[in-house]
Amino acid sequence: MQDRFRLKRDYYAGGLMVLLGVGAAVTGTGYKFGTLARMGPGFMPVMLGIVLAFIGVLIAGTALGSSEPDDNKFLPDNPQWFGWLCIIGGPILFIILGQYGGMIPAVFACVFVCALGDKTATYKSSLVLAAGVTVFGVVLFHYLLSIPFPLLRGVNL
Amino acid sequence: MISTAITDLWYGFGVALEPHNLMYCFLGVLVGNLVGVLPGMGPVATISILLPLTFGMQPVPAILMLSGVYYGAQYGGAICSILLNLPCHPPHAVTCLDGFPLTKQGKGGTALGITIIAAFIGASFGITEMVFLAPFLVKMALEFGPAEVCSLMLVGLLAGSTLAKGSPLKGIAMTVLGLLVGIVGSDIETGQPRFTFGVTELFDGVEIIALALGMFGIAEFMNSINNTETVDMKYAKVGISDMFPSKADLKLAFWPMIRGTILGSLCALIPGTGPTIASFVSYATEKRISKTPERFGHGAIEGVACPEASTHSSVQGDFIPTMSLGIPGDTAMALLLGALIIHGIVPGPQLISQHADIFWGLIASFWIGNILLVILNVPMIGLWVKLLSIPYRYLYPSAMFFVCIGVYAANNDMFQVGETLVIGIVGYVLLRLDFHPAPVLLGFVLGPRFEENFRRSLLISRGDLTTFIDRPISAFFLLICLVLIVAQIYVWLRKPRVVAKEQAIETQVPATSYSEVAG
Repeated sequence: MQDRFRLKRDYYAGGLMVLLGVGAAVTGTGYKFGTLARMGPGFMPVMLGIVLAFIGVLIAGTALGSSEPDDNKFLPDNPQWFGWLCIIGGPILFIILGQYGGMIPAVFACVFVCALGDKTATYKSSLVLAAGVTVFGVVLFHYLLSIPFPLLRGVNL
Repeated sequence: MISTAITDLWYGFGVALEPHNLMYCFLGVLVGNLVGVLPGMGPVATISILLPLTFGMQPVPAILMLSGVYYGAQYGGAICSILLNLPCHPPHAVTCLDGFPLTKQGKGGTALGITIIAAFIGASFGITEMVFLAPFLVKMALEFGPAEVCSLMLVGLLAGSTLAKGSPLKGIAMTVLGLLVGIVGSDIETGQPRFTFGVTELFDGVEIIALALGMFGIAEFMNSINNTETVDMKYAKVGISDMFPSKADLKLAFWPMIRGTILGSLCALIPGTGPTIASFVSYATEKRISKTPERFGHGAIEGVACPEASTHSSVQGDFIPTMSLGIPGDTAMALLLGALIIHGIVPGPQLISQHADIFWGLIASFWIGNILLVILNVPMIGLWVKLLSIPYRYLYPSAMFFVCIGVYAANNDMFQVGETLVIGIVGYVLLRLDFHPAPVLLGFVLGPRFEENFRRSLLISRGDLTTFIDRPISAFFLLICLVLIVAQIYVWLRKPRVVAKEQAIETQVPATSYSEVAG
């Protein structure tokens, strides 16, 4: 009996859908609902939100009914906090350095930080990879495709 | 009918053989083959990276190139499955079952040779099907009013979410989520901003590239970082001379190829069933009707030929509903549909008459592309095999660079990069909760058109919901929806027996840690 009330992964899944659905429906009530013949902008959001919440309840409900063993952990067996941090950090650095530094520092930092996330990577291997990708990226995107992204802001290259 | 189709096809070859169109077609299949071989890169992520680069191009070469990536990846994916037992591309997962045992017996080259022949036969049939069937479908589709379009989209959305991998309920949840994401932005009729939370950048809606790259790029990398198996290259030595199958092998593989081709082309016609389902179904069928089913799983050449032919015929056939009805069959098709819309082309029944150059050019380019792929794969097999050994630790940082710069280049806006990152993190959370992201993209692409047609049909009927049942074609589509739902409930109630049977094949496929969702 106790097993049944153990928090299963599907409870999180269903709960998240209910949360998203209710959120969408509540936000949607802020827009004009209209009638069936003349739908306002709020009609679809509210309807879809209700459907999503309903499906969320179903997901959690079927998990309650099933007797199958289910792994109740949300995190994978070997969580890669450092790896995830690196993958998230790369684009953040890309945004900041791209906005204030230009393409070269943005690309270099992004690839370098992302590469560090692999557990077999060293500083040296990441540096080499980052440098290589930067050169390739500059040639391809700046010279061949000429996207409007200054190589180094403030420096006319 | 046939003579017009052939004249149109002739015109299409004229378009596809124009030097710059030919060049982009070649580029597309080359890149496609490349990402197909590389473990951990899927065609969906690749098409989204290339999409912003096509903004400055003419629509014809852009679509030829992006489609080339899709079917090119199918050729490369088989190499990975057969030689390394790595099902990096879902449609080829089932090829591992007999492909890898063949490799262990030293017949990997033969398996690849058979694969290429099967691929070419399957693809050719799929293209032929498109030539003759698409104009016919268009004739039918021209009768459609908004109510019919609405019901048809419902079939597509429901089939796409329930027939995909994983729990059908979760698939439907993801479709609805995709529809909700599609709502973000200004309302088409009143201009009222919805779900924008005051962020000006969101007034135009969520960028399709940001959604695709977040879900299939960043979320995938987070899922597979430090989680990939080391690639065992022990058996992966293949030269050109090994590629030619013996007469006995060809004889053995001939009928399975034909059967696979036909099954694949049938699967392609049902909206929402892509090549992955086609390959599983055809493998199961082939095993059942075989006189020696015990050979399957131990290196039966039929077990390679049949699913491969079926995959390729279904990949080409998938373009039929996308191009003629505007209802994509799977994620890559949804993305291509998005590409068409970005290039200012309205997908749907009018596409063939209004943009004959795109439609017939595309069909002709399929043939050219498939011939190019055979040429690329046979003599250069050694090179592709070498690419297999590129470690993941070099691949994903480079891919992250392409993701960032691709999203930036779409609008020259750093906000989109942040948007992609957020979607990626959300996508990873969903992935951990066993949600598959493919239906999100399907819902997202179809969402705005679904809402528009839904509103319009109720406006015409003055708010009367029975309009969807009164019109016969629309009622027929709704009936299909009902059948889909009832079938799912039936399967769920009989879970222990039916699912065990269905999963018998799936469990044999070696587990893969990445890209399993890119179907």
